[in-house]
Amino acid sequence: MSGESVLELDGVTKVYGEQPPVPALRGVSLSVRQGELVAVVGPSGSGKSTLLHVIGTLERPSSGVVRISGVDAARLSDRELSRLRAREIGFVFQQFFLAEHATVRENVADGLLYAGVPAAQRCRRADEALERVGLSDRAKFKPTKLSGGQRQRVAVARALVGRPAIVLADEPTGNLDSTTGASIMQLIRELNAAGATIIMITHDAGLADQLPRQIRVLDGQVVSDTGRDRGVLVASMDGPGAKGDVS
Amino acid sequence: MSANGGRLGVRDGLRVASVGLRARPMRAALSALGIAIGTAAIVAVLGLSSSSQAGLLAEIARLGPNMLTVEAGMSLARGPAQLPREAPARITHLDNVEQVAHTALMKNEKVYRNSMIPVSNTGGLQVRATSLNLPSVLRTGVARGTWLNEGTAREPVAVLGSTAAAQLGIDRVYPDLRIWLGGQWFNVAGILQPSPLEPEIDSSALIGYPAAQKYLGYVSLVGGAQNTGPPSSIYVRADIDHVAAVQSLLAQTANPEAPYEVAVSQPSDVLTARAAAAGAFDSLFLGLGVVALVVGAVGVANIMIISVLERRSEIGLRRALGATKSQIRTQFLGESILLAGLGGIVGVLAGAAATAVYANSKSWAVVIPVEAWSGGIASAILIGAFAGLMPALRASRMPPTVALRTV
Repeated sequence: MSGESVLELDGVTKVYGEQPPVPALRGVSLSVRQGELVAVVGPSGSGKSTLLHVIGTLERPSSGVVRISGVDAARLSDRELSRLRAREIGFVFQQFFLAEHATVRENVADGLLYAGVPAAQRCRRADEALERVGLSDRAKFKPTKLSGGQRQRVAVARALVGRPAIVLADEPTGNLDSTTGASIMQLIRELNAAGATIIMITHDAGLADQLPRQIRVLDGQVVSDTGRDRGVLVASMDGPGAKGDVS
Repeated sequence: MSANGGRLGVRDGLRVASVGLRARPMRAALSALGIAIGTAAIVAVLGLSSSSQAGLLAEIARLGPNMLTVEAGMSLARGPAQLPREAPARITHLDNVEQVAHTALMKNEKVYRNSMIPVSNTGGLQVRATSLNLPSVLRTGVARGTWLNEGTAREPVAVLGSTAAAQLGIDRVYPDLRIWLGGQWFNVAGILQPSPLEPEIDSSALIGYPAAQKYLGYVSLVGGAQNTGPPSSIYVRADIDHVAAVQSLLAQTANPEAPYEVAVSQPSDVLTARAAAAGAFDSLFLGLGVVALVVGAVGVANIMIISVLERRSEIGLRRALGATKSQIRTQFLGESILLAGLGGIVGVLAGAAATAVYANSKSWAVVIPVEAWSGGIASAILIGAFAGLMPALRASRMPPTVALRTV
């Protein structure tokens, strides 16, 4: 649990719009080490989705620093950010986002499509990832033939196939019933135990409590972080974020 | 991880560009249809004009471009001129002349189906006396019955040109078949095939010179003796390499006393001009093809815009998986080009098939000009690129977070 830091946020703000400016993140600072399993929890509109997008480099912060595997994302061009996403970040979405006309194996292999991996190797690694999520026997199925839980497992396999530094899971159980959701949570814990760094975003405090570390977000600020006692920085209520709002 | 910067190979690029087409084949087919119709129309128009030209050129080659016609022109003083009786014989003695045939138009004689037909209903048909080698010089075959011979040339027997036979309502030949020619009954021995080089033969009833003299009184007095009348048209086959030389000598040879009263022509010139006219394509249909292409392009652009909107989450996912803006742009541009290109290929095939069917029905060689099919496919691809440009730019500029926000 005490590897090097794979993700660091320092005074990150995000402001949408011009008139009036709507602050979504106000001075968020946090750090995630390799091998951690973190829940980012908060109600709707708390800014947790924006936080996920900023961590995933899908969105640039208005101010502050985002460092992934030691690289400052703000200094990267769009092309370099794309490469960073292809190699360092895996996404799991609430809606799965699987291609229905392609097989399960092709869906998982597409996780490596933009990482410059040859086709044969993509297929082989997709099979490995499917084995890790327990769906080896469904490789040739179309996603439409699978249950919701199985589809989310495919999406998890796609996120894992590139062995990213961070897996970002956005409400991974949001579209599933509680039993199936529990099995996905079990899978996430197993994958973490096997070494994956996973940040899960959820509005469900009960779900978040099952994970070793919870970061609670409210009104664009981190209000508590159980990782604080391990020396992880937490933003203060009136930190640099207040300045960021004005700038 | 390999260090090629995440660029997609050709196969991956094609696979990604065809995702939309494979996911919705029906929609792809329908939107490519407009392009296909436009391309098919253009290819068919160009193909048909080329094929009909090829057909005419083949006809000219079959008939031979080495035939020359000598006809009586106009005399300065006395109205219509006449050719001398000896003209064919003299021409035969020219160097490089291979064959000579001749006919004599009998202006005052008309031909009718029977004696009951009013005299004024001539149907524009002519009566000609002919030398017996006429079919071989014109390279015209006999469609029905037989051609004249030494015997029938002396008897009241006629052979009809193809138009004349059709005008008289005669489509087959039987022993008692008679026509009313020059005020008496003539038996019909045969019907000729069409003669493209000399259409006037088609509308003629042909009889032998001796019969013309004996039954119709077509005579000229030579030294006090009655003899067969003078020819009005002489058909000359010259050596293919010396056509121009023979042509320059014909007028003088035919009528040394008044060469300016002789008209010499090369009938294949007319056919060559017709072939050139057939090669000119029909600009109306070509214009319709272009309109169909433009409408098709609008259809493709429309489908691509809808596709970009529908596939926002796919775009967002691909961006999350590490696709760059330019990779997204290439994907949608490629899809549009693929769509239009497939339409173009289908259109070229359809246009070629239409050309082949029509050309075969006319027994022409099937000719599809390279510019037609390559231009058809190239313009389809160009149209695809043009139609897909705006939607592709839209897709690539869509922020990934917006793309991932599901409706």
